[in-house]
Amino acid sequence: MSMAAQTSGAALELVREKVENGGRLDLADGVALFESDDLLALGQLAERARRLRGGGDEAYFVRNLTLNQTNVCRVKCRFCAFARSAREEGAYTFNPAELADDARRAFELEPFSELHLVNGESPQVDFDWYLETVRALRESLPGVHLKCYSASEIHHISTLSSLSYEQVLVELKEAGLGSLTGGGAEVFSPRVRKLIAPGKEPAEAWLEVNRVAHSLEIPSHCTILYGHVETVEERVEHLLRLRELQDETAGFLAFVPLAVHLENTRLDLDGGFGPTGADDLKMIATSRLLLDNVAHIKAYWISIGLPLAQVALQFGADDIQGTVGREQVFHAAGAHTETAQGAERLVRFIRAAGRVPVERDTLYNELQRWESVA
Amino acid sequence: MSAGIATASGVAEILERTLAGERLSDENALALLRSRELLAVGRTANEIRGRKTDPGRVTFVVDRNINYTNICSVRCEFCAFSCDPGDIRQGYLLPKPVLFKKIEETLALGGTGILMQGGHHPDLGFAYYDDLFRSIKARYQIHLHALSPSEILHIARRSKMTVPETIRLLHKAGLDSIPGGGAEILVDRVRHSLSPRKATTEEWLSVMREAQRLGLSTTATMMYGHIETLAERVEHMRRIRELQDETAGFRAFISWTFQRDGNRLQEKVAEETRPTPFDYLLTQAVSRLYLDNVPHIQASWLTQGLKIGQLALAFGADDIGSTMIEENVVASAGTHFTTTTEELVHLIRAFGKTPVQRDTYYSQIKVWE
Repeated sequence: MSMAAQTSGAALELVREKVENGGRLDLADGVALFESDDLLALGQLAERARRLRGGGDEAYFVRNLTLNQTNVCRVKCRFCAFARSAREEGAYTFNPAELADDARRAFELEPFSELHLVNGESPQVDFDWYLETVRALRESLPGVHLKCYSASEIHHISTLSSLSYEQVLVELKEAGLGSLTGGGAEVFSPRVRKLIAPGKEPAEAWLEVNRVAHSLEIPSHCTILYGHVETVEERVEHLLRLRELQDETAGFLAFVPLAVHLENTRLDLDGGFGPTGADDLKMIATSRLLLDNVAHIKAYWISIGLPLAQVALQFGADDIQGTVGREQVFHAAGAHTETAQGAERLVRFIRAAGRVPVERDTLYNELQRWESVA
Repeated sequence: MSAGIATASGVAEILERTLAGERLSDENALALLRSRELLAVGRTANEIRGRKTDPGRVTFVVDRNINYTNICSVRCEFCAFSCDPGDIRQGYLLPKPVLFKKIEETLALGGTGILMQGGHHPDLGFAYYDDLFRSIKARYQIHLHALSPSEILHIARRSKMTVPETIRLLHKAGLDSIPGGGAEILVDRVRHSLSPRKATTEEWLSVMREAQRLGLSTTATMMYGHIETLAERVEHMRRIRELQDETAGFRAFISWTFQRDGNRLQEKVAEETRPTPFDYLLTQAVSRLYLDNVPHIQASWLTQGLKIGQLALAFGADDIGSTMIEENVVASAGTHFTTTTEELVHLIRAFGKTPVQRDTYYSQIKVWE
């Protein structure tokens, strides 16, 4: 065994002891996990942690529909191939009635329990546009959970309307908003934000929106966009900041690591390769180990592909997201994954991984369970 | 859970015994394939891989698949590549200048070999291959990894020669090694249904035995996930292991899943029985444990994609296969992954290993420190 392998093995042993004793991992532990080359041992450790913290045989998914009401965006993050300027070719904006109509028609074809709505940060709309959209969706899809807008978009709405986060969120909640999506977190490090998303609000604002949302009993999701210019330390610090807020509010439903896709973007990375399968699984396993207070870790098949998402169920993930319906953002950046999955396929992949498929709603209430085949 | 599925403790016991050097029995291989203990089986396969090959290195080869013809009188059910003899719309036989150009492109990309396979062309006998191989070898210094047991059988029959004589003369003409294609599943029940006109199990094995006796290096493959049972996958590996005990002539074993587009077999394979990536990784890991006498296990990024292809390196594989400058057969069945040397090097490095370009014999060509 090489020196590096021994060091990596010893580091995993230290983490294992902490996990078994219910101890909390720190920055050094997180870094050691990312630097470990024993991928399968890391996966087993993450799975052990998940079980110790009460996770069972279930693996979850949701029937949902992803919509993007506008791609007009003032922020223009360097990793984004979806955003357009208002006058650029391909720019679009649907009005609230059009969007609600579209969503209702989609529902009639293939029912879903969750609507996932995220947009560009368009300077050409106002708060009423958002409120009318949520109201129209509420009316056209009465039984559907409306998971709308990232914390970054709430920050944007607050800027547009000169209202506080709290005022914005209270009104959106009254209009029918059920929860926030997890996007826009990227990597919290100011160094990284400056390089990849210089126009975006600072980490503190993103975290504050979530803090306020949780205080209003609006649950939310959290993410990391990884595999670009961030260091391992910056990844771990990101996870620890999320953990800190979750200690305070317990409002995050799930953590969703997002692998960056680089096609058609302005992020010119060395070699042009995005994260590999091994990177994706390390990210998932390490998140599970560090985020001891977040119940669910998603293997987001849109970003890593369904094959890897299935394998990730052995690396601490317990959710493979959902049927999705119509994905545009990752696909603009060259994702070669599908844009939708049938529930049957998700069930088959979960079962083949030795887990019990459970269709959930956004709040992780069980809607349907497929008993394991003997 | 049914009685047939091994428990975690049952699996742990099997793995411990395998690590201690005990040969994996058919029954226990089946238990591992039925279990869902993916990471435990994978770690053991990786441990064994580290004993047989340098654990710090992952190898790959730069070569190109050249399909000299798609005209084939066999027409297997799973094939979306071949054409009937007489099909003047789609059938082709590559002229020599085209073949030479492909070889020159391969050499220009740092390639060391070509993998050349085609169909059972009714008009091509020994004389065609003798001339073709000689003309390639006269022009280029390149490894010729070509034909398959069933093509060799076809050539022998067509030219009324014995199999040993055919192999000996092809070798003399320039054939360096024989790829293990056409094995599919070496169980006649399966072959009868999949490829009734292709070499039987005995025939496939006997061609390989003859080639190995004559000193030609070979590989073995398994294409699974169609109509075979798990027990038949194990039987396939047993036939390979038995011959390998006798000859030690297989350098590597490569397994992949049936690709379903554009062929007749897809109708016989229910969607819900198709192997998932989980099954692919588990099957590969079990092959490393079961085939204790085969030195190299290759991952198949070509059929699984580059993410799972890289990950397969943690499940017993020590080699990520070829850059596949050109590939037609899997592509015909609807699977279109491509890569480059740079990308394979990146994947291996990102996996924490040293990339090593090898030739077809697994000799080192270049190390990326």
